[in-house]
Amino acid sequence: MTNIKDTGLIQDELLIFEQGGKGRRGYSLPQWDVEEVETRTVIPPDLLRKDLEGFPQLSEIDVVRHFTRLSQWNYGVDSGLYPLGSCTMKYNPKVNEEIARMAGFANIHPYYPEDLSQGILKLMYELESFLAEITGMDHVTLQPAAGAHGELTGMMMIKACLQARGEKRRKVLVPDTAHGTNCSTSAVASYQMVGIKSNERGVIGPEQVAGQMDEEVAAIMVTNPNTLGLFEEHLSEIAEIVHRKGGFVYCDGANLNALMGIVKLGNLGVDVVHINLHKTFSTPHGGGGPGAGPVAIKNELAPYLPIPVIERVGEAYRLNDDRPQSIGKVKAFYGNFGVLLKAYVYILSMGAEGLRRASEMAVLNANYLMRRLKEHYYLPYDRPCMHECVFTDQFQEKHHVSTLDIAKRLIDYGFHPPTIYFPLVVKGALMMEPTETESKESLDRFIETMIAIAEEAEQNPDLLRQAPQKVKVRRLDEVLAARKPKLRWNAPSPHPSLHRGEE
Amino acid sequence: MEDYLRYIPHTEEDCREMLETVGVRKVEDLFEIIPMECRLSKPLNLPHPLSEPDLIRHLQGLQSPVFSSFMGAGAYHHFIPAVVSALTSRSEFYTAYTPYQPEISQGTLQAIFEYQTLICQLTGMEVSNASLYDGASGLAEAVLMAQRITKRKKILLSQTIHPEYRKVIQTYIDPDQQELVLIPYKKEEGRTDEKALFNLLDGEVSAVVIQSPNFFGVIEDLHPIGERVHEAGGILIVGFTEAIAYGILNSPGAMGADIVAGEGQSLGIPVSYGGPYLGIFATREKFVRNMPGRLVGETVDLEGKRGFVLTLATREQHIRRERATSNICTNEGLCALMATVFLSCLGKEGLKELAMMNLSKTEYTKRAVSQISGCHLTFSSPTFNEFVLEMEEKPEKVLEMLRRERMIGGLPLEKFYPELHHHLLITVTEMMRKEEIDRWAEVLEKA
Repeated sequence: MTNIKDTGLIQDELLIFEQGGKGRRGYSLPQWDVEEVETRTVIPPDLLRKDLEGFPQLSEIDVVRHFTRLSQWNYGVDSGLYPLGSCTMKYNPKVNEEIARMAGFANIHPYYPEDLSQGILKLMYELESFLAEITGMDHVTLQPAAGAHGELTGMMMIKACLQARGEKRRKVLVPDTAHGTNCSTSAVASYQMVGIKSNERGVIGPEQVAGQMDEEVAAIMVTNPNTLGLFEEHLSEIAEIVHRKGGFVYCDGANLNALMGIVKLGNLGVDVVHINLHKTFSTPHGGGGPGAGPVAIKNELAPYLPIPVIERVGEAYRLNDDRPQSIGKVKAFYGNFGVLLKAYVYILSMGAEGLRRASEMAVLNANYLMRRLKEHYYLPYDRPCMHECVFTDQFQEKHHVSTLDIAKRLIDYGFHPPTIYFPLVVKGALMMEPTETESKESLDRFIETMIAIAEEAEQNPDLLRQAPQKVKVRRLDEVLAARKPKLRWNAPSPHPSLHRGEE
Repeated sequence: MEDYLRYIPHTEEDCREMLETVGVRKVEDLFEIIPMECRLSKPLNLPHPLSEPDLIRHLQGLQSPVFSSFMGAGAYHHFIPAVVSALTSRSEFYTAYTPYQPEISQGTLQAIFEYQTLICQLTGMEVSNASLYDGASGLAEAVLMAQRITKRKKILLSQTIHPEYRKVIQTYIDPDQQELVLIPYKKEEGRTDEKALFNLLDGEVSAVVIQSPNFFGVIEDLHPIGERVHEAGGILIVGFTEAIAYGILNSPGAMGADIVAGEGQSLGIPVSYGGPYLGIFATREKFVRNMPGRLVGETVDLEGKRGFVLTLATREQHIRRERATSNICTNEGLCALMATVFLSCLGKEGLKELAMMNLSKTEYTKRAVSQISGCHLTFSSPTFNEFVLEMEEKPEKVLEMLRRERMIGGLPLEKFYPELHHHLLITVTEMMRKEEIDRWAEVLEKA
């Protein structure tokens, strides 16, 4: 196979399976200090495999070059502004990574004796109390591995509490400005979803909720600030309506980055809120996980927390799993400790003033962006936003340019595009969340680029439709990918590739 | 200058200019949209911010002492080559998000495609997703998936499955729609009792769930089981906690599994007090549309060049909303990358040799301890790198003696299996040196 092309530094790179050769190795093992057993003498042959067919054979430098090249085709927060709305792509402090790799954390087994893990338990206990303080709630579980996992955990606690009350409710109210996961979470928790339409101001009105609320409704799931970047100004009133009929208020805390030190969700009548540590608390997104989705709750739900619960007895910390009303466990062990640790370090590095300042600057950045772009892009809800703002492609539509084209053209200018076509309540959404870690210069560069793209849309729309051009691959055929799914590499047949060096 | 400002670049001048553009006088005015009575009047009660050197000092003080450990039970101490951390620490990987924009996410996407391929090869399955949260929640998702396929109610769960995994499954199912039935294990062999299983197997059974190697380290014999489960119209789900075992063991796919859901922590991911880990999840092609989680597929760009995209998203929550296969909207991307780099380094020969070393050291340990009077191996079946040891007294005393030598001697099983009150689960990976094993046996003999 020839692979010689003048691609400059954006080099082509084969799959690992198409490289290497028989006998090449990229590993070394500890010294053999015991006798190697004859496998067949201890395990019956029909339980053994013949071969790891297809597995690569590479030297260490092959592996290093391969993944280094792959990394160069990626864009991360460290590469530049990443205004992906609803995802809070803020800077991930490096010291957090270094601390998570300390041997006394990374090499500690989850079943380590409690008296040898007091520091770790203290850290988790304190993180719980910090998160409870920030959200204004009574208790926190750190167990869920992601936001959606937290949602499920929260809904299960609500369900368990209703069951203990002898009630079986069927419905969950979900506004149209909620995250997609809210709908599927209700379904996974065996609830029927009932939609609530937001009003002309882009928020939920108490009258809409009152109209749908009855004794069949287990909970309302709201996102605050909502996915339009707007503060749900009637939340307290809505909570009263829901509580009066015995329901719970679940808040998706994905957008907590707007509220730290400014509003405590617990004071607004929220009973359960999940927190995305990989958003608000600076832990990296990792190319799509691992994250962590702790859930904060009010006292009434405490008996149903997942086990184990971390308790403080005098100066000592312990794990208690003797809690008969608990919903059980949502994952093995205690949560994504390596992620929890980074959020803990972040909170300690910021303190109360720092977190408040982060929220203030996140909101300032979003409003600045909104103000400077609103002459160039259609702003469906023209009012002060929180940490993010939503534009649409309505002005560009007449030039036959869509949100997708605008997003792809941004890539040519070296930016990650915003979230597109979400939320669903507006058509052709461009949802932008700059976060507080972007400087004014960085925002100005992005704004000028967006303005230049709006001009291109009028004068040379083809530039947008053809974008991106300055990338490793151009627009990809997603229809083909879905119609004829190719989800793994297969050895070429009948003649194996020369590059594989297999027999 | 406040320390926390190192992460927030705004100068006073910047703020003034920006506020002027926005058209408000001060930062607080930005929050006027929030009703006054909702806003906090006093600062949060949190510790004073720490500088970087102070943070490091504080966290150093919270670390646990690192003892050499004979504990496994779902979290394994394996050697992690320096390459794994060096490559996954590249911030182009770890500071990116879900690859929604494929043109600038080809690194993540190609790596996941390679991951999916490696997992198919390792498990003997046809399709792997981009990973789930961990082995336990993955196994629970497998149970829900089986119900979507079969529309049946009953789930037969082997008692040799990791007790915490069973607990997670119990949490995930809806008792109105599903029923869990436990399959006992054979007391001599430590293996799932297949006679009991066959007696329970009927037309109501959605899935049979077996873990191999199981919680006792015992390798289950899946051969007779797969066929019978299929005859009854059920789904065979195979779980695992120790992926390295499949360097030598026959793959679950080759033994009739329909869904394989296990823990990938052993593949280059530190034990890190229980997470983050890697939920491996693979199945047959015919079930792909019932599968939860992200998938990466190969395609071409408009110039015909090979590229990768997220695909079959119509199963997922952001498109299907309440009709989605699950509410999961990401994977454990960085952990999947760790596993991909790890398996690429080890390759065909390395994974086999690593598995052989685990097996050999465990066999050496079994021989050493079974010669000690008052100790014996509880189960007769073949094991991989874990086994159950029974002793005359409660194991606490010997564990205490070992701790004085900075060793964690194993995991007492009574908490999980009350009938195994004099029993320890002992795990021996390649990280245990012969002299440590010998010392461990000496202490045991003295106890």
